[in-house]
Amino acid sequence: MSTDKPVRVLVAKPGLDGHDVGARAVATAFRNAGMEVIYTGLHQTPEQIVQAAVQEDISLIGLSILSGAHVPICKKLMELLEAEGIDDAVVFIGGVIPYRDRDELKKIGVAAVFDQNSNFEEMVEFLKKNAK
Amino acid sequence: MGQKDKKKEKKKPVTKYTESGIPLKRLYTPDDLKDLDYERDLGGPGEYPFTRGIHPSMYTERLWTVRQYAGFGSSEDANKRYKFLIDQGQSGLNVAMDLPTQLGYDSDSSHAQGEVGRVGVAIDTLDDMENIFKGIPLGKISAAFTINAPASIILAMYTVVAEKQGVPRDQIRGTVQNDILKEYIARGTFIFPPTESIRLACDIIEYCQKESPRFNAISISGHMNCAGAYSVQTAAYMCLNALVYLDELVKRGISAEKIASVLAFMTTMKANFFENIATVRALRRKWAKIMKEDYGIDNKRAQTLRIMLPADTGNLIIKQPLNNITRTTLRALSAVLAGAQAIAIPCYDEAFAIPNEESSRISLMIHQIIAHETGIPDVADPLGGSYYVETLTNQCEEKMNEIIDDVRSRGGMLKLIEKGEIQRQMTSQLYQYQKSIQEGKTIVMGLNKYALKDEDISKYEGELHEYDNTIMDRQIEKLKKVKAGRDNEKTEKALKELEDAFRGSENMMHYMIEAVKSYASIGEIVGTLEKITGGRFRAPTGV
Repeated sequence: MSTDKPVRVLVAKPGLDGHDVGARAVATAFRNAGMEVIYTGLHQTPEQIVQAAVQEDISLIGLSILSGAHVPICKKLMELLEAEGIDDAVVFIGGVIPYRDRDELKKIGVAAVFDQNSNFEEMVEFLKKNAK
Repeated sequence: MGQKDKKKEKKKPVTKYTESGIPLKRLYTPDDLKDLDYERDLGGPGEYPFTRGIHPSMYTERLWTVRQYAGFGSSEDANKRYKFLIDQGQSGLNVAMDLPTQLGYDSDSSHAQGEVGRVGVAIDTLDDMENIFKGIPLGKISAAFTINAPASIILAMYTVVAEKQGVPRDQIRGTVQNDILKEYIARGTFIFPPTESIRLACDIIEYCQKESPRFNAISISGHMNCAGAYSVQTAAYMCLNALVYLDELVKRGISAEKIASVLAFMTTMKANFFENIATVRALRRKWAKIMKEDYGIDNKRAQTLRIMLPADTGNLIIKQPLNNITRTTLRALSAVLAGAQAIAIPCYDEAFAIPNEESSRISLMIHQIIAHETGIPDVADPLGGSYYVETLTNQCEEKMNEIIDDVRSRGGMLKLIEKGEIQRQMTSQLYQYQKSIQEGKTIVMGLNKYALKDEDISKYEGELHEYDNTIMDRQIEKLKKVKAGRDNEKTEKALKELEDAFRGSENMMHYMIEAVKSYASIGEIVGTLEKITGGRFRAPTGV
C-alpha cells in the first residue's frame, strides 16, 4: 500500500433519502484526515454510484442510508460492481442499519457497517487499512 | 497569590453555554430584568409582541393539537393506523408519505424500488387519497401533510377529497409543509431549481389566502436543527426563509397581511430544555416585530406566529433505547412550556425504524399524561417572568438579529442557499457536533456515558415495525387499474393545460386540481413540469 498518494474515498447517498448529516460529517472527517473525498450528493441511483466509482477510479465506497432500504440498495450495488468486473471494491455503510440485517449485508459483500456508536478514528483506520 | 486566593480560583465555576453559544450565569435575579418593560417586551399571551403565547387562555381552554407523525404502506394501511390513533386521542392527523411520493415518483418508477410505502404512505393518484380518508370526517379533523416539492398536487387531492365529503374549500383545515427553501439546506426532498420551486410554493400560498383561508399554506420549518444548526440559528433562518416567500408574494400584489395570516411555522425541540423555550419565545416576538415594524401589519392574526413543535428525532439513540422515552418526554415538556399550538412526539423505536403500535401508543400517552395528570395546562405561560427564561429569551433574540443581519449583509438567504454557503456552514457545525459526542464533550447517556458493554439490542429489533415487501407490487397493480379505468383523454387534456400554464405565470393550483380530478398520477404531473425545467435539480451539498 503506497503511503505517498492520499487515500481516495467515495461517499454516496443512494436512494431517495435526503438526510445526509452523517454523510457530510464523515466526508469532512475523511478530508480532515488527509484523504481525497468525493461526496456524490443526494438521490443517487446505484448505477450512478458505480459510474462515479469507475470514472474516479475509487475502490473505497461509503453508502449512507437512513430510509431502511439498505438491503435492496446494497444488493443492487454489488450486482452492478460485479457486472462492471470490479472485484476490489470495498463497500462500507452507515446510517440506520438494524443489527439483525448486518449478517445479510456481510453476505452480500458489505465490508463494514458503522453507526451511532462508531467514531471518525475507527472509520479512518478502516479506510487506511483497505486502501489500494 | 496566597493560599486562600488559590482556593478561590479553583472554585471559580466553569462558564456553561447553551448549544447556541450563549453564556450562562449560575443564577439569575431581578437585576437581570431591570430593563424589562412588560408591555413592550412581553405582553400577555395573545397580546403583541406575543412573547408569552398567542392566545389569552392558552391551554386553559384548549390543549395543543396532538399531531403524531404517522403513515406507511398502502392508503388502506394508513387509514387503519389513523383511525387507531384518533381512537387513542390523536386530535389532528400528520400524514407521513413515502419517499417516492415526496419526490414526485410513482410507485412503478425505477427510482421507487425498495422505497414504496416504507417511510410513509404511498400516494400515486387521487384514489389513494380517497382511501386514506375513508370514514375520517375532514370537516372535523385537520390533516397536516409533510410534503414539499409536490405540495400543490397533494393539496389539490386533499381539496377534492374534502369536497367529495361535502366540506367546501373555504372550510378545509390542515397544513402542507410546502417550505422548499429548507429542503435545499436541511431535508433534501426538492425536485426543481429554486425559482420554479418558489413559484409553486407561492402559488399555494396565494391560492389558500383566497380560497382556503383556514388552511395553512406553508409551515416554515426548522429542520436545520437536525442538520447542523443550533436552535437560535435555525430560528433566524426560518424568519429569513419566510420573508423570501412573503416578499415574492408582495411582488405579486397581494397584501402582506393576507399572506401572513396563512403562514404557519414549525421547529424542533432539541436537548437543551430552556434554550428550546427561550428560542420559541424570541421567535414569536421577533416575527411579530418584523410584521409590525417592517411590513406595517397591525392585524393580530397576521402578526402571530402559530407554531408546531415536534420533539427532535436526531437524538434518538440505539443504545438503551427505552431512554428515548425519557428524552422525548422532556423535549415535549419544553414544547408545552414554550406554548406550542401542536406537538408531535417521536417514538423510542424510531432510532431503528418507523414506530410500531406499542411505541406509538406510549408517545401518545406522553401528551395525555402532561395534559391531564400534571396540572401544567391549568395556567397560561407558567414560566413568564422567570429571571432566567426572560433573560435567555432576550439573548436569543439578540443572537437571531446578529445572524439575520449577517445573512442580509452577505446577499440574503436565497443567494447564500444557491451558492451553498448556508450548507457549508452547517456541514462544518455538524461535524464539530459529532466530534464532540465522540470525544465525550457532549454527553449522550448510553452512548458515551454509562454505556453497557456488549449490549444486546436484538430484543428491541425484534419488535420493530415490519416493512411489507409486497406493497410495491400491490401499489403498481392499483396504479395500473386506476389508469385503465380513467378517461385518458381527459387526463391528457388536463396535463397539457398544466404544462401550458407552467410555461406562463398563472397560478398552478387550478390546473393541479383539474389534473388530480382526472386521476393523473403524481409522477405524470411532475414529469410534465420536468419537461419545462429540463429535469431535476442538483443542489450544492456544502461538502
